[in-house]
Formats: sequence, structure tokens, C-alpha cells
Amino acid sequence: MGLAPTYLGSVMSQIIVNGLMLSATYALIALGITLIFAIMNVMNFAHGQMYVLGGFMVYYTYGVWHWPFALSLLVAALVVAAVGLILERFFFRSVLRRSRREESTMLLAVGTALLLDSLALALFGEKQRGVPDVVSGVYHLAGAYIPARRLLIFAIAAVLTTAFIVFINYTRPGRALRAIAQDRETAALQGVDVTRYSALGFGLGAALSGLAGGLLISTDAINSGAGNLISIKAFIMIMIGGAGVVSGAIAGALVLAFSEAIGYYFIPGSLPYLLILTGLIVFLLFRPQGIMGRRWG
Amino acid sequence: MKATAVLGVGLFFIGVALAQQPVLKIGVNGVMSGPAASWGLVNKYSAETTAAMINAEGGWKIGDKKYKVEIVALDDKNDPKISAANAEKLVSMGVKYIIGPNVDTTAGAVMPVMEKAKAINFPYAFSKELYTPPHGNSILGMIASYQAGPVIYKYLKEKKGVKNIAFLARNEADPLNQMKEGEDAAKMLGLNIVTSGATYEPGTTDFAPVLQGILAKNPDLLVLSGVAPGDAPLLIKSAREMGYKGLLSTETAQDAKILQQVAGSLADGFISVGGASTPSIQTPYMLDFVKAYTKRVGEWNDEAGTKVYALEMILRTLQLAGPAAINDVELFKKTLTKFNIPNPFVKGNPPLKFVGSAYFSQPRQLGVPMVVNEFKDGKFQTLFVGSVE
Repeated sequence: MGLAPTYLGSVMSQIIVNGLMLSATYALIALGITLIFAIMNVMNFAHGQMYVLGGFMVYYTYGVWHWPFALSLLVAALVVAAVGLILERFFFRSVLRRSRREESTMLLAVGTALLLDSLALALFGEKQRGVPDVVSGVYHLAGAYIPARRLLIFAIAAVLTTAFIVFINYTRPGRALRAIAQDRETAALQGVDVTRYSALGFGLGAALSGLAGGLLISTDAINSGAGNLISIKAFIMIMIGGAGVVSGAIAGALVLAFSEAIGYYFIPGSLPYLLILTGLIVFLLFRPQGIMGRRWG
Repeated sequence: MKATAVLGVGLFFIGVALAQQPVLKIGVNGVMSGPAASWGLVNKYSAETTAAMINAEGGWKIGDKKYKVEIVALDDKNDPKISAANAEKLVSMGVKYIIGPNVDTTAGAVMPVMEKAKAINFPYAFSKELYTPPHGNSILGMIASYQAGPVIYKYLKEKKGVKNIAFLARNEADPLNQMKEGEDAAKMLGLNIVTSGATYEPGTTDFAPVLQGILAKNPDLLVLSGVAPGDAPLLIKSAREMGYKGLLSTETAQDAKILQQVAGSLADGFISVGGASTPSIQTPYMLDFVKAYTKRVGEWNDEAGTKVYALEMILRTLQLAGPAAINDVELFKKTLTKFNIPNPFVKGNPPLKFVGSAYFSQPRQLGVPMVVNEFKDGKFQTLFVGSVE
């Protein structure tokens, strides 16, 4: 006996809704890490910790002090961008200046992640934190349940992603960032202030991660140890899409989100992620540069 | 001048007295960083709070001496290698009684260290092997899921008419073991398991994809096996938002504040196991502990209602066994069967003993009462108080 068409329809609707909702927020996380990689050739292992910091900013400003949610998000973005700028100025810039070995920045990034993890635990404590819903209610559309809070997050994430793409493609600083990503030396010869724009890129990448954390605490809650797991997902996405490529980050987010949505429904037990990771390894054997497969820009 | 001299002499003698007071070191070895940090930190905070309360009263009397209780806490980062190294460090410092670790993998790594060093530890891990002969140096610190599960399912079967049951666990060793034990218990009770072996990855924050397939099977009860306090409210919220009207439960202790913050009224009716945590059953002594814990840490954590027991029972057993047991755990072990005191944390003071003989063939479990709670209006309310016996 097969599945009834209406039941199958509602299953597929829910899978599509789940995949879309997940991909919007995954895209924000992946864009930040890919931007930093493109500009500075730094694999930022502390990206997840920026996400955590953004989440806690919104927890205190919106959840505890009851500031408006939009203002809390702005504060989260600014604070995390400032932390990103400090890390870039005092940590990464000086290591990049002194060492040409890529593993130096990787080790620095791992050390930074551990440092931020410990600081977060000391500052914010061990408990999981959440905030009240920004909007409430659940829509029932074509057999799928769509909570209003997830719809809001989807909309904000989509707007932010679009704004980021417009900024990168159509503004002067955006063009400068693309130029640096394509060829750092040539960009410098053309008069681009590489040091200043690298800092801007690092700050912007951190702010995107902070925004993602700030947005998602309103639906998912946060704890001070969540950073590494977020970083792992971010790495998976940019490996799928292609590190350092904006469209690759979005493609990676879509692929991972829909793999989860489909996998968790159709594949039993603990197999979905096993298959996702196996698929990723096989995929990278044939296309190590990821789907988009080129340098960012 | 004279007054200053008297004060100086007084302070000198107090200093000498304090310096001469013997110290009893108790170890805490558990996960205190990363996503599961709350498990080990609550162990540490609970032990430190109890120790501070005891020390403020002049110390803990064993034989004819009063000992200052000192807690030595080490973070194992949920890593078996670090946990074993921590245990070795603690025993090399002369510590014979260690609270923790928190999961099967770390507890398994620590067990041989305890046996070799002739020390005792109190893990919060459920593997039966740790507590069953020929092993005997580990004592389970809480109610195991395979003990609470059957009691909760039976209650829900009889009182709420549950027939179809589904299980979901995080894809990690401990929750998976707990799911397996829960499924076995459900089968024994004649319940129909509609989904078996469903898992989600650590770090999952959007649970809608995970739950979709499970809820499509219309379970009357969804069991979140070994669910971490951080995941529970997200799972509950997603399930309710996807139209699930059935019951939700877990066999692990949860935190009311995060349930309220994240899931709010959607978590009403969620059933979990606590320690002596609900206000309705707290004694004045437990209330003092809650107050001291809150002052020390900044806020109360319901998990501490379970974890308050370990240090208290170690100290009271040492008191009964005598000072020689401080360094000779065999004397401590011999006292386990004799230990029977009024529970200082629960109203009515029911007997508090070392239990677990039915499961481990020897008393290797703290007799923490099985307090089954229901979350309602932002706090836990006690449904019933059971026992592993």
C-alpha cells in the first residue's frame, strides 16, 4: 500500500519548508566564514564563538534588559564586529605579517577559539539561554507547519544575505574586497588600502556570524560551549560550496539544509549525518574545490 | 595598645587552630567546559556549596576530629583520556573519594584508575558494568534511565492511556544506551514502539526535520532519551509547533529556567526526573542549600537537586565508618550496607541508603529518591516520589 497523495504532499511541503528555513540561517553562518577566508586566507576556527557571542548579546539586551529586538541585533552585530576587528588587528594581522606558513594562522585561529570558549564560559556561565519569541503563532500552509518565529528569521536572514550580496557587488568597499580576494598584490598596486579593507572584511565576517547567533537565539537558544559545533557546520558548508566563494557559501547552505531535511525524514536512525559526511568525502574526491570551485570575487 | 595586643594574640591562636585543623580532600572530576559543561559544573558547585556550609560550622566531625572539607575540582572536557589523567592526579594528591565523571566513556576510563589506587568514585553514568562485580569502586550518583523509564512509562500507561511510544536520542554513546534501555523497558510493558533508533546530531538547533518523521507515526508518548537540558526545550517547542498533541518525557534531570525561557507554556506537561528539587518536598536543610547555592553561583539549577546527594553521603558514610575509612576505602565499602539515615533533603525524611543491589548485585548506588516531575507554569511540580527499590 503506497502513501496517500495528500499525505505525501504534506510531507514534501514540510521537507521543503524545513530545508528553506534551515538554509537561510546556514547561509548567514557560511557567508561570514567564507568572507574571512577569501580576504585573508584564514580559516577562522573561532567563527562559531562569534556566533555564540552574538547570541549572548541578544540574550542580555533583548531577553534580560528588554531592548527592542532590532536594536539588540544591531548591538550584537556591532559588538561582534568590534571583537573581530580587535582579533584581526592584534592577532591575525601580526601573525600574517611575520609568518608565511598557512598553519600559523590556523593554529592561531584554533587558539583564539579555545580562548573565546573559556571566556564565554567564565562570562556567561554554563547554562543554556533563550529568549521569549519575537513573534508567536504557527501557520499551516499546504500541509506544512510554519512557526511565525521561523518565518521571521527566514525573512531577516534572506534580507541580510541579499544586502550582503548587493554590498559586495555594487559598492566601492565591496569592489575593493573582491579585488583583494582575487589578487592581494595587484589590488594593492591599484591603490586599494589592503590593510584597512582586510580589517573591514574580518569585521564584516564576524558581524555576520554574530547576527546569525543573535537571530537564532530567538528560536534555538544558546550555550557558551556551542561554538565549535557551529564552526564544524560552517566548514562543511563551505567545503560543499567552495571556500571563499559567496555563491558557494549559499550553495553549501542549501545543500546541507536540504540534506538534513530529507535525510532525517527518509533515512532512519543515526545514518543521515553519516551519509552526509560520506557523501561530502566522495564529492570532494572528485571536486575538491567545491560546487562553485573558484576563488571568491 | 593593650586591646590591639589581645586581638593580635587572639588572631594568632585562631590562625594556629585553623592551620592545625585536618583537611579532608574530596575530588570532583567531570565535564566543566563545552556543550555539556553544566553536568560537571553543577557537581562542582554542589560540592563546593555543601563544603562551604560545613566549613562555616567548623568542619565535619569524623571520630573525634573536625575536618575542613576541601573540594579539588578538575575539568575532564568529556574526554576519557583527560578524565583518567585527572583521576590519577587526584589520587596522587591523596584524594580517595571522587565525585564524577559524567558519562559512560569517561567513567569507563576512570574505573581502572580507581581500582588500582584503591579509591572510590561516584559517576553519573549508567553503564551497569561500572557497578557490577567484579568491579566495586564506582557508586552510581543518581537514578539511571533504565530505572526511571519503566516507572514513568507504567505510570503514563495506567494514568494517561499511553499505547504507542517513540524514542529520540542525540547521536552519542550515553543517550543511545539510554534509548536502548528505554525501548527494552517499553517492550516489557507491552507498549508499541512506533519509531526505533531515531537520532539527531550534536549541535542540531532546528529540530523540525528530525521530528517530522517521528511525529508522522502519531506516538502517544515521545521519549527524549538522555536529553541534555539545552536540547529539551527546543525539541518540545518544535514538536508542539508541528502539531504534536501527545506526551513528552525524559529520564534525566532538567532545568526549569531554560524550559521556560525557550519553550514557555509549550513545555507544560513535560515529564522528567529530578532530585530533591521541587519546593513542595524540600526540607529546611535543602532550602538552606538552595539559598547557599544560589548565592554562590548566581542562580539555582534544578540539576543540583540530584547532585547535592554525593558529598553529603560520602561524608556521612565516613562519619559512620570512622576516621580510618578516610584512607581505606574497604572500610567505607563495608559500611555501605549498614548506612541508613533519614533523608535530610526530602520532607518527611524517608530513609536514605545505598541501593542498587537488584541491578548491580551489590549496593553501588546513592539512594537518591526518584522524584518524577511535571513542568507546569514555569516550574516543576512533583507527580510522585518513587524509589529504585
